[in-house]
Amino acid sequence: MDTSGLDETKLIWMYRTMLAIRGFEVRIRELFTEGRIGGLLHSYEGEEAVATGVCAALRPDDLIVSTHRGHGHLIAKGGSLDRMMAELFARETGYCRAKGGSAHMVDVSLGILGANGIVGAGLPIATGAGTAVKLRRTGQVVVCFFGDGASNTGAFHEAVNLASVWTLPIVFVCENNLYAQFVRQELHSKLADLHQRSVGYAMPGCMVDGNDVLAVYEVTTAAVARARAGEGPSLIEAKTYRYTGHAISNPASALGRSVEEVEAWKKRDPIERMARLLSQQGVLTPELDERLHAEIDQAVEASIAFAEASPHPRPEEALEDVYASLPEGARL
Amino acid sequence: MRQISVRDAVNEALAEEMRRDDRVFLLGEDITDPWGGTFGVTRGLSTEFGAERVRETPISEAAIVGCAVGAAMIGMRPVAELMFNDFIGIAMDQLANQAAKLRYMTGGQVNLPLVVRTSAGAGRAAASQHSQSLEGWLVHVPGLKVVMPSTPYDAKGLLRSAIRDPDPVVFIEHKMTYNLKGPVPEGEYEVPLGVADVKRDGRDVTVIAYSFQVHRALVAAERLAREGVEVEVVDPRTLYPLDLATIVESVRKTGRVVIVHEAVERGGFGAELAAQLAAEAFDYLDSPIARVATANTPIPFAPVMESYVLPTEERIMAAVGKVMD
Repeated sequence: MDTSGLDETKLIWMYRTMLAIRGFEVRIRELFTEGRIGGLLHSYEGEEAVATGVCAALRPDDLIVSTHRGHGHLIAKGGSLDRMMAELFARETGYCRAKGGSAHMVDVSLGILGANGIVGAGLPIATGAGTAVKLRRTGQVVVCFFGDGASNTGAFHEAVNLASVWTLPIVFVCENNLYAQFVRQELHSKLADLHQRSVGYAMPGCMVDGNDVLAVYEVTTAAVARARAGEGPSLIEAKTYRYTGHAISNPASALGRSVEEVEAWKKRDPIERMARLLSQQGVLTPELDERLHAEIDQAVEASIAFAEASPHPRPEEALEDVYASLPEGARL
Repeated sequence: MRQISVRDAVNEALAEEMRRDDRVFLLGEDITDPWGGTFGVTRGLSTEFGAERVRETPISEAAIVGCAVGAAMIGMRPVAELMFNDFIGIAMDQLANQAAKLRYMTGGQVNLPLVVRTSAGAGRAAASQHSQSLEGWLVHVPGLKVVMPSTPYDAKGLLRSAIRDPDPVVFIEHKMTYNLKGPVPEGEYEVPLGVADVKRDGRDVTVIAYSFQVHRALVAAERLAREGVEVEVVDPRTLYPLDLATIVESVRKTGRVVIVHEAVERGGFGAELAAQLAAEAFDYLDSPIARVATANTPIPFAPVMESYVLPTEERIMAAVGKVMD
């Protein structure tokens, strides 16, 4: 980790953001276990440094395309905990007015083009966003998050190839957490270091310790600069680890992971590492740390209160928003 | 009035919409000059509008449609081409799970004003994987609109409306109509989505047909007229949203229905139409609804077998005879 060149505000923002993601995701898991929220939920616990380090390198008007494991990206890009929680509680005030749930949250005003329930589907969509910003000459950059599992899809190949041949302003970020759903990476790919696939698309690729938020920030900054300068896409592989199962309803034990493996990764926990570094640098005092933890707890609890106080949607709303417009008299 | 082909009508619609609105751009395989598309529909467009707005893609149907989705999500109006509708399977996730559902899943935060143009139909010995009519797959997906023009006039007017529509529209051209000429006025006009067209008035039987089969139905109608049977040919033009009212009005008049489509009979759009008519127009019917559709087979290569499985004027006339009985 290297904090040189970064001001304190940014460093604290990174730390706080990772705390917010962890706090939110841990609380979600509790709520799910208690039966207060339901549906398919995929936790970002353990991967916080990737979303945070990447989004720290972006302009507010840059765009991100996310995955089914998207709460971390949404929070790091500035998403509202209240509207996220309300969506998970299936209330009117949720991001998707309770129509989408966890894997379909979008906030176009923040440049968040969605979470997606189909593995790999975000990659082609990212090429569209990249094409649009290129045509408009806005200088915006698109970051496309995807996992090691998605890198085996046809959609990945088609999209990355298209981005390469069209020189699109996209940074492809592969969050390699070593498991695609339930399957260990070596059973789904002979290639251990997935960023090497970039060679096949004549684009730069690099690997980074995904649990080192400052390293993620650094490589992303370089890739974003390339894209913004019109030099085209890059592929970043962030090696990281998820503490939970694929969906939080799947026990982590179903992955068949050894205790040693999990413990080794927990020793590299991204939040603890950042806390240690910032304390050493005098940026994070025990008082500040305690205050930040308390703030996050309060914010998460407030989002739950907001959600629970929000109205349920009327059942008939299920028939709304299938189309933006229909002719008079047309029926669904 | 001047007579132009469906090919030229579609070309004109694309050019006029691109001149009018610089959010409109095209993407697809082989669409740039000098080739101008496998059926020549986009000829001249890359020369006029340049490579940025008429974008040549690799053979990547999922990326083609996905690119249209992402661009539409942030306000562009892409018109993506899938060369043959038989390739739609490769793009189906982006079409059915993304384009069709993103507005709904996001609680209305986004709309996707994209058009996917594609070609369908048999009659050219192109065999099973290049001859299908797959509109039935698409009508079954809430969130998509599906248009199948039969004439140059309809093709131009409907494509303009499709491009201006805020929702994803799949615009299916029939390969046997590209050379078909018909009257098309100079100047601007639109044909709205969701409005059917009575192509021929008649009092004895309603033949509902769309796309190329409209022309078969019209030939059959002429032959039947000589036998004293007056056929009313109704062309829905848009399959979803469907103008059921115009169709029901015709059925009220004639009391007899034959549905003609080139899609395979089993689970085809004709089944949906028949069910809707049975619900809405049952009291008007004097006989059961008949369907004339392609046999439940893949399309064979040999011309004699291809014409054997497809609808023909004779089969349409026979079906009319049956419902008139």
